[in-house]
Order: sequence, then C-alpha cells, then structure tokens
Amino acid sequence: MRILELSALELGKRIREREISAVEATEAVLERIREKEPSIHAYVTVDEEGALKRAGEVQRGIEDGRFTGPLAGVPVAVKDNLCTKGLRTTCSSRILYNFVPTYTAQAVENLERAGAVIVGKTNMDEFAMGSTTETSAYGVTRNPWNTDHVPGGSSGGSCAAVAAEECFYALGSDTGGSIRQPGSFCGVTGIKPTYGTVSRYGLIAYGSSLDQIGPVGKTVSDCAAVLEAIASYDKKDSTSIPRKDLDFTAALENDVKGMRIGLPRDYFGEGLDYEVREAVLEAADVLRKKGALVEEFDLSLVEYAVPAYYVIASAEASSNLSRFDGVKYGLRAKDYEGLHEMYKKSRSEGFGPEVKRRIMLGAFVLSSGYYDAYYLKALRIKALIKQAFDRAFAQYDVILGPTAPTTAPRLGESLKDPLKMYLGDIYTISVNLAGLPGMTVPWGKDKKGLPIGVQLIGDCFEEKKMIRAGYTLEQAKEGR
Amino acid sequence: MANVIRDDIIEYVGILAKLELSQEEKETAKEDMGRMLDYIDKLNELDTDGVEPMSHVFSMNNVFRDDVVSNGDDRENILKNAPKQKDGAFKVPRTVD
Amino acid sequence: MGRQYETVIGLEVHVELATKTKIFCGCSTEFGGAPNTHTCPVCTGMPGSLPVLNRQVVEYAMAVGLAANCQINQYCKFDRKNYFYPDNPQNYQISQLYLPICHDGWIEIDTPSGPKKIGIHEIHMEEDAGKLIHDEWEDCSLVDYNRSGVPLIEIVSEPDMRNADEVMAYLEKLRMMIQYLGASDCKLQEGSMRADVNLSVRKAGALELGTRTEMKNLNSFKAIARAIEGERKRQIERIEDGKKVIQETRRWDDNKENSYPMRSKEDAQDYRYFPDPDLMPVVISREWIEEIRSRQPEMQPEKIRRYQEEFKIPEYDARILTSSKHMAWLFEEAAAACGKPKEVSNWLMVEAMRLLKEHDQAPEDLCFSPVNLAGLINLVDRGMINRTVAKTVFEEIFAHDTDPEIYVEEKGLKIVNDQGALEKAAEEVIRANPQSVKDYLGGKEKAIGFLVGQTMRAMKGKGDPGMVNKIVKELLTKQER
Repeated sequence: MRILELSALELGKRIREREISAVEATEAVLERIREKEPSIHAYVTVDEEGALKRAGEVQRGIEDGRFTGPLAGVPVAVKDNLCTKGLRTTCSSRILYNFVPTYTAQAVENLERAGAVIVGKTNMDEFAMGSTTETSAYGVTRNPWNTDHVPGGSSGGSCAAVAAEECFYALGSDTGGSIRQPGSFCGVTGIKPTYGTVSRYGLIAYGSSLDQIGPVGKTVSDCAAVLEAIASYDKKDSTSIPRKDLDFTAALENDVKGMRIGLPRDYFGEGLDYEVREAVLEAADVLRKKGALVEEFDLSLVEYAVPAYYVIASAEASSNLSRFDGVKYGLRAKDYEGLHEMYKKSRSEGFGPEVKRRIMLGAFVLSSGYYDAYYLKALRIKALIKQAFDRAFAQYDVILGPTAPTTAPRLGESLKDPLKMYLGDIYTISVNLAGLPGMTVPWGKDKKGLPIGVQLIGDCFEEKKMIRAGYTLEQAKEGR
Repeated sequence: MANVIRDDIIEYVGILAKLELSQEEKETAKEDMGRMLDYIDKLNELDTDGVEPMSHVFSMNNVFRDDVVSNGDDRENILKNAPKQKDGAFKVPRTVD
Repeated sequence: MGRQYETVIGLEVHVELATKTKIFCGCSTEFGGAPNTHTCPVCTGMPGSLPVLNRQVVEYAMAVGLAANCQINQYCKFDRKNYFYPDNPQNYQISQLYLPICHDGWIEIDTPSGPKKIGIHEIHMEEDAGKLIHDEWEDCSLVDYNRSGVPLIEIVSEPDMRNADEVMAYLEKLRMMIQYLGASDCKLQEGSMRADVNLSVRKAGALELGTRTEMKNLNSFKAIARAIEGERKRQIERIEDGKKVIQETRRWDDNKENSYPMRSKEDAQDYRYFPDPDLMPVVISREWIEEIRSRQPEMQPEKIRRYQEEFKIPEYDARILTSSKHMAWLFEEAAAACGKPKEVSNWLMVEAMRLLKEHDQAPEDLCFSPVNLAGLINLVDRGMINRTVAKTVFEEIFAHDTDPEIYVEEKGLKIVNDQGALEKAAEEVIRANPQSVKDYLGGKEKAIGFLVGQTMRAMKGKGDPGMVNKIVKELLTKQER
C-alpha cells in the first residue's frame, strides 16, 4: 500500500487505527513534495519543520483522545490567500512578499481543531484574479497530468497539489469558479458552498460578495467531510449564516432515485468542446439510469453572467485591495518622494498586470458618472440571474452541466487574450452571483489525456442534494 | 472598439487606483479597458427597469455585536509587519498639513 | 460693502459616540493611551479582517435622530467611501451615503428675533480615522490607530443659518441635547465634537445660493466664529473683485486667521461610494423606534416646565439650571436632599455661576456633590452659620467638594450667639469709636451700621447678625442716658 494513494478519509481511518502515524503521513507528503515541486510548483511556501512538529503534537493528541475526528493527522495544503498565524501568506503577490499574519482564518482554525496538519501554502493567481495560476508573482503552477498545460485557477496550486499527491486534500477559494474550474482541469473534486456557509474571516478578500472558501479533494466523500469541518457560523463575519444542516457526510448516498436533474440547454452551446459535451451527456445518462429524472431546460441569461461578474468583482476588488499601500504591511517601494509617490510606487511595483487591470476597471465603474450605468446595472442583472435560478430550482433538485468549456489549455495561451480567458468561467460564474453551491466531479479524460469535470449546482443551502448526485456519479465511475 | 479610453481617463483612473503606469502600460490599459467596457455594454441589452439592484444574495439583516470590550493591547502584533515604525506607530512620509 | 451680502451657512457636525467599544470591533474607545494600544486586525485594516456592527451605535444614532425630530430610515445600509490617506487603514471609510439612518428633522434655536428652526438634512453613522502625529525631527508622520473605528454620527444641517451667532446657538443646542441623551460627552477640545462649516454668500434678496466652500479643522467655538467671519470676507472680496468662488474644501488656520485649500492634484475627490458587501443592512422596526423613544430621558423643555410647576422656579432661572444636563442633575439631587429647591437654585444661579465665570469654566465642570450643597443649605437654615460664612464655605465646596459640616466644625465657623461674648465685643467697639457713637447720638442713624460691622469683624464674621444688631442698639441707648 502506498500511503499517498489513500484518500483523506482512508488515511484518517488508518491513523486512528494506529496503522500509520500522522508523522509518517506527513513525512511521505514532504518527500513527495521534494520530488514533484521542481516540475509542478504547487506551493508558494512549504513548512516542513512546522508540519512535522504539528504532526507529532496531533499524533499525541490522537493517542490521548483529544483528536478523534476523521481528518485528525491528515496533511492538508492551504491556499495562500487564507491567513495562517506565523506562516507567510502572500496571495501570490509581490505586495505581500513578507506578510506573516498574526491570526489564523476561521476556516483554517476549524481544520486545526479537527487535527489537521498544514504542510504549506499553495500557489494561486495573484489575489485570486485569473483562471490559470499564471498570474502568480512566484511562478506558474503546472498541470500534473501534462506539465505543458495550466492547472486552471485561481486555486491552481491547491488542485495541482491534490492531483500530484503532494497533500491529501486542500482548501481553495471560489469567487467565479476558482475551485471548480482548476478542479476540473486537474481531475479532482471541489466544492464551492452556499455563500455564508464557511466564514470568510481571514480570507484575504477579492470580491467580498462572491468569495467562498471550499474543499478540494480526491473524492466526493473527502470534500463532504472537509466541508463539514470548515463550515461554521462565525460572529466575526457578518455575512456568515447560522445553519443546522452542516452534516454534509450524511448525504453520501449512492442513490438518485426520483431526483430531478436539469440540463441547461444554454450550457451546451457555442464554445463548448465536443469531448467535454459528450462526457457531460454521458454523466447525465448514468444518473438517468440510476433513477434520476433528467431533462433539458432553458436557464437563460447565461451570457450576461460574465460581464456582470467583472463589474461587481472588479469594483469590490478595487476597494478591497486599496489597503495594500506600503503603510501597515507588505511591500513599500525603496525610493519615493512624499506620501502619494510612496503609494503609487509601492502599488505599481507590488501588483502584477492582471490585478492592475481589474482594480483600474473597478475604480472606473464606481467613479463619478459611471456608478449607475455600470455598477448598479450589474447588480440589477445579478438580481435577474438569481431569479432565473430560483425558477430553475422550482423544477429541479440539481443542475448538471460542464464545469469549463474545455480541458486545460497550454501554458501561455490564455493571458494573450484576457477576454477569452474570462469566458472560460461562463458556467461557473453565475453560481457565485446567485450565492449557490456548486461542485466539480472528475468525469473521464479527453484524447490528450487531460481530465474533464462535470459540474453540479444546487439551490441555496441544498449542498446535500448536490453531494448525493456527485457521490452517485463517482460510485458509478468506480464501478465501470 | 465602441469605448475609446482617452489618455485623461487612464490618468484619472491611475489617480483613483494609486497606480503609476509607464507609457507602454497606459497604452495597453486603454486597449484592455476599452475592450472590457465593450463587452460589459452587453448588459445594456437587458431591460432592468424596475429591478432592484441586489447587493446581498440573502436578505439577512441586523447582524450586531454587543458593546463589550473584547480586545486588549495587541500593539506588538499589529506592528509586526510594518515596513517602517517608530515609537509604537506606523511611520509614513510627512503628510501635507 | 458686506451689508449687501447675505451669508448662508450649513453645518456638518461629527460627534463621537459614548460607546465602550469601536463601531466594528471590540477595541476600547477610551481616550488617550499609548499609540496603537487600542487596536486589532479590524481597526488597522489587516488583510482578511471583517467588520461587525456595534448595536449601541445604532441605538445612540436613533436617540439623537428622534430628539432632533428626524424620520428614521427603517432600512439603512453602510457604504464604503474610498480615498487614500494613512489615517484611514483600509483606505476606505465605512459610512452611510445612500440610506442614512435619520433624515429630515429640525432643531429650534433662540435668536434675537425669536425662535428659529434649523433643518436637519440627515444623520449618518460612520467610523472615525486614526491620528497622525508629525515628527519634526525626522520630517515624517506617525500613525496611531487608537481612534480608528471609534463610532461617529455626522449631523448634516440644512443651509439654514445666517450668521455666527446662529451657528453658536445651534451648536450649543445640539451639544446640550446630545449630552442629555448620554450619547456623547461632546468635548471640542478632545475632538469628540467637531464641526465643518459649509458657507456661501449671495446678494441680499437673491434666491439662488452662491458657490459654497467647506471649512475643516475648527477646534473651538471661537475658531468657528472667526472662521465664519474670515471666510465670509474672503468670498465677498473675491466676488467684488470679479472672481469666482471655487467649490472646495479649505483648512482653517486659527493662528493665522486664514483658510487654505486642502486638496492636492493627487486627490480626485471622487469617493466611489458603494454598498459595503461585508455588512448587512440594518432594519429598524416600529417597535424598536418606540422602545428607544420610551427610553429617552427628560429633555430641557420638559424640565423647564416641570421646574416651574413643581418647584415654582421662574422660567429664566429654570432655563439656566437646565442649560446643561449636569447642572440640572446637581439641582435636582440637591433639592431632593434638602427639600429647598429655591435655595439650591439661588446658590447655583448666583454663587456657582459667578465662580464658573471667574475660573472660565462651563457648568459641566462643576465637580461637587449635591449632598454637600444640600448640607450647606441646611446649616444656614438651622442658623448654624450666617450668610457671609456660608459664601466662604460654598467656595470651599466648589473648589474641593468639602463636607460643609466637618469644615465648619474644624474651622470653628459656627455662629456665636453667646450674649456675654457679643456684649463684650460690642462694648470694645463702642469704646474705640467715640466719633461714631457721637454721630449716632447726634442723629446720624447710619453710623450704627459701621459699629455693627466692626463688631461682626471682631467676631470674625461668626456673630449672629440679629443679636449683634440688638446688642449694639441697646448699648448705644445706654450711652444716651
């Protein structure tokens, strides 16, 4: 048995049963990291020393009964936009090259309470702005299935680390598809929960009204268990929602009998890769054979989600990122004359081109004379998109479609044409605008051997239905 | 391109966003922003008269904390990441006064 | 030339609320403290931190709004005001633009031509900025975030004031009202109350408003009055010179008695307000409004009415006694303790006001306990001390909050009504002043006053004045025979 092949839950079980120690598991992961990082570069920071020390502590905690949960002792990787006390957190930006948080994000703290061992911080698109992990200031991450291709983004480091067995599971964040799209490209499972389910306290904000933290794992079961561990009502986050149904693992049932599943015709139009389309239709067939009622329907407004998203996310980002100014933390330019030059130079040296592009767009759409035409207009479209989903979920329990229009593109292709890259998020973005839960489940590969993902979307607070459908799909795939 | 971004607009956005752009960056930024705005103008195809702008997806309200002091002196931590500090304060270039 | 112009003034008054903690985090709002010792990730804008609204801030804002006859917005939201400055850690201030908590109210002030209503455009909640300390040695500025996130309300008036006197009356009224509510201590020196003045001038009789400027950095009532006069002159001069008044923010320099434009070309004054996605809306029910209304303390107008009816105090006196919440409290407590409201009123109106004026202090600065004032009044009433001594004792109470019984005992100030001692003193005075005796006996009745005075003096003021008078008169009558 290779330790690294185990899922997070399988490893957790063997650690609890004393077959493997947390230290052994951590050592195995660190060894794998040393082997794979030169070609993958999934991590910005690997905390070998801290991870081993922590693994020892957790092992003792397991032995004396302090840690009893399913994830105790299992090594995890955390996206580098989640604050970790004492461990450098960069958002893959030069402007935070030396930032060491003095507190830990609530979601990470929840994991620590469950006995998690953090091995490091994963690479991402700078401030989560991008779909390829190529905008990182610390170098690109490569797709473990084919290192000439991107892993997707922005949680590309987290997804690549899971796919390359450089950790057993990871945390990502999803503002417009940033967990689901790289999950699909890397052949791993990822969940973006209902907005407000996981506390955003300690998540360095990109688009505050859209950001959610979620799990990336090898299996649907792992993701359900991790989501169960990180979800909590947090009084420090005013957008956190008190929920009583956080026992997501209860939904791990191989059964979709009678479940109503909608396939939005709008998701199968122009731009969708033929092989991806066939894979999704095959998944639909599998669910139909398992007793689900699968039918096509018109979701509508799909083509408006991306432009509305870019107005809203950029506007919020332009404000959220104004705190990076060289006064309190992070990079301050070396030479400057006076306050305003210090601001301008620090920010211009600290931010990469994609971040600059979005904060300028955001500042523009909020500026005097344009606020109504752009920002309010986008918020109205958001309301219409939400209504369209409300109508859909009056008829269906879950929506099934592709996660991304294509499999992973080659490195360097996407940034040439930002607009085209933005369109790659067409199936994921509306989920964030409407606050819905969504997940990606790996479903085969294309001729090039690159993974394809299918996306399941649930109604607000209906993660369990979505997880049940995802689990059923996963079981069917394993049975094949 | 329907949206032509003039030099003065890029200049103005630079002031708002506190970014200093090279001439080359400015040209690219003008191009990029023009194309993005053309794309965003697609939103105008939809009639949104009478639709309330939606800031929050869920209609939660009145999220409060009680007026009770819960934080002590944490200055050491707060200043830990300061690029420059002096006498327990963040040091910045002299502000206009 | 100034007479042909009318001045139009509106005020933006910022008041720091008397909450224990900041508006969005659990840091103390206590004034003072070493730099950055009352800070946390939220009020220093650390990445990933999030704001949570202090409920008490909403309640204080509602209380002030109700007292200022405002409408309460039952659905209100917070917006971000974006601008870069080091005292603002996030480089945006959380404020309210689109849906402020209160709007459309009024406050009545007294003017020489009678009462006048000053309209309140709106009241909104927001967070205060940190403090910048300028370091002369290194030519740099130091940022202290202790004040960052302290809750403020901004009270925006309509442009209803026409001169500095009206502005003063409005500010005094506002201050008194907010102090009565306990929503703030409104100390200008500590910055817990600050006013920005929006001012324009127009030809007398013109209907349209002139271009206004906004003046900041006004740290005292006197500075406000000087700034109004200075800015009015400046604008009139420009107009007379055929120049235009520019709409801008100006900083008043009270030492130079001049104002200067505040912004550089690096500031666009385009704040890009948008609803803060990190905060949920505040929904205020009818019941909540009524609850706040029912908890409002008795305000000045009701007190004046009650003092007249309950204590038979004249309206003028009642108005002064209630001009500060503290003085009204002193009055009510002391009156309850001694049961002599008119006496309490007299002491406060005459002696207390005189001493305050002498020390250049305000009624809030009265720091003695009402029990001691009541004790003094009882001593006089029981004939234990005379009025002259009582004044000295009051000064002692005013300065050191002394217990009058103990003081009078220790200093031996009790009235002397020992017939023998008084007679002895009077005899000596009569013997020493033959001329006065002669004058009196010769028909100059007034001369007796001098002799009584001298006797009181000999008794160090402690003699019972009635007895002394009687004794001196009797002795003189004896002389006559």
